[in-house]
Amino acid sequence: MMRRVLVFLAVAGLAAALLPLALGTGVPEAPGALATAYLEDAPGDFGAANVVTAIVVSYRGFDTLGEVAVLFAATAGVGAFLTRKRLGIGDAEPADKPAATEILVTATGLLTGLLVMFGVYIFLHGHLTPGGGFQGGVVIATALLLGLLARPESKLSHGILSAVESLSGAAYVGMGLAGAFLAWGFLDPRVLPLGRIGSLVSAGSIPVIYSLIGLKVGAELSGILDALKGDRE
Amino acid sequence: MLVDAAILVSGFVMIAAGIGAVLARSLLVSILLSGGVSLVASLVFLLMGAPDVAMTEAAIGSGLTTVVYLYAMARARQPDEEDADPLGDAVKGGRR
Amino acid sequence: MSILEFVSRINPVAASGAVLVLVGVWGVLARPNLFKIAIATSVLETGVNLVILSTGYIRGRTAPILDSAADASTAAARMTDPVPQALVLTAIVIGLAVTALQLSYAVRLRAAGGGSSIESYGDEKW
Repeated sequence: MMRRVLVFLAVAGLAAALLPLALGTGVPEAPGALATAYLEDAPGDFGAANVVTAIVVSYRGFDTLGEVAVLFAATAGVGAFLTRKRLGIGDAEPADKPAATEILVTATGLLTGLLVMFGVYIFLHGHLTPGGGFQGGVVIATALLLGLLARPESKLSHGILSAVESLSGAAYVGMGLAGAFLAWGFLDPRVLPLGRIGSLVSAGSIPVIYSLIGLKVGAELSGILDALKGDRE
Repeated sequence: MLVDAAILVSGFVMIAAGIGAVLARSLLVSILLSGGVSLVASLVFLLMGAPDVAMTEAAIGSGLTTVVYLYAMARARQPDEEDADPLGDAVKGGRR
Repeated sequence: MSILEFVSRINPVAASGAVLVLVGVWGVLARPNLFKIAIATSVLETGVNLVILSTGYIRGRTAPILDSAADASTAAARMTDPVPQALVLTAIVIGLAVTALQLSYAVRLRAAGGGSSIESYGDEKW
């Protein structure tokens, strides 16, 4: 009883603090000064058609580096928690997993290649259309998940996943340092030629950086799925 | 004006799904309703003119998060009823 | 003040997001099952992302991508605010990482022989 009263008081207090703020602020009429500067300078500075990509990769690139680090820490934590030894599973998992249905197996055979290609398309075109590294990485992790569901006895190769993840993370920082030495600052995309806005090879090193982020995020999410499935050594 | 009305209707659907996710007794229903909240949120993001965010929310919120929940529930041998508390019923079957 | 005036004055995204935050906080505090707490945290994170993105919602404008609909010369006059979108993009991915960590705690606690209600861990001592 006391607990319910306390919960009600907590939620009511948060509501009293939050709702006037949410209902009182209206819709802004125009973007602020910083946003206007980003919108007007991004095509000229970096040649990127997608302004959000230009902000995520170059203007606020340091935040993205921090976010990739947080995702790495979370994946490492999940992997360390859920090893087979700690879950108490022996070496021989009892073979009572039901086989996947025929529809799933056939559809996976047809769709996996298409999904991986779609994911690569999304992060290669991140500077032209909505999309980018995170979305493409999630699509690639979904393709690997579909493969895991269709063949329940298969396992993801832990060595290849960690190799892809580490190499793309190192290459990401390497591109940033190249920007610091060859261009105007850390993660500056002007190390590669800017090209014509709207074409695939444009916007300097933004597509390269976003592809590396996409591969790293895809490998990390696959690692999380692998650990939760219970196959991590 | 039409966009505002559509966002408000989607907001009501999201809040109803959120309350349903908290109140439901079955954990599977809660998981599906929270995936539904993410899906309607990605529609709201699209209506406000943020397609990048809409793609990310749709892929992560209603795709991978649901699968992560289902894997975790299967691995923890959690029964579907929320109030069932199988104390001591560990994964290896009765190990105390 | 009529209903129509009220609706045109508030920010609909911020209002929905704030109510979702309240629903999520209530779910975290009121339900003892570990998995239900993780689900309520996920709803809470969606609400927070809606509230953050609501500061960039400008009526009648299009997405901040340069193409035939809004080219470089009229960019700033026809686009929504891109900075909150970049922030929320990061926040969504981190939300998934936090959910995965919470669930791995729950799985590990269950595998070590504990129950699935947070009440049964009340007398854990250091």
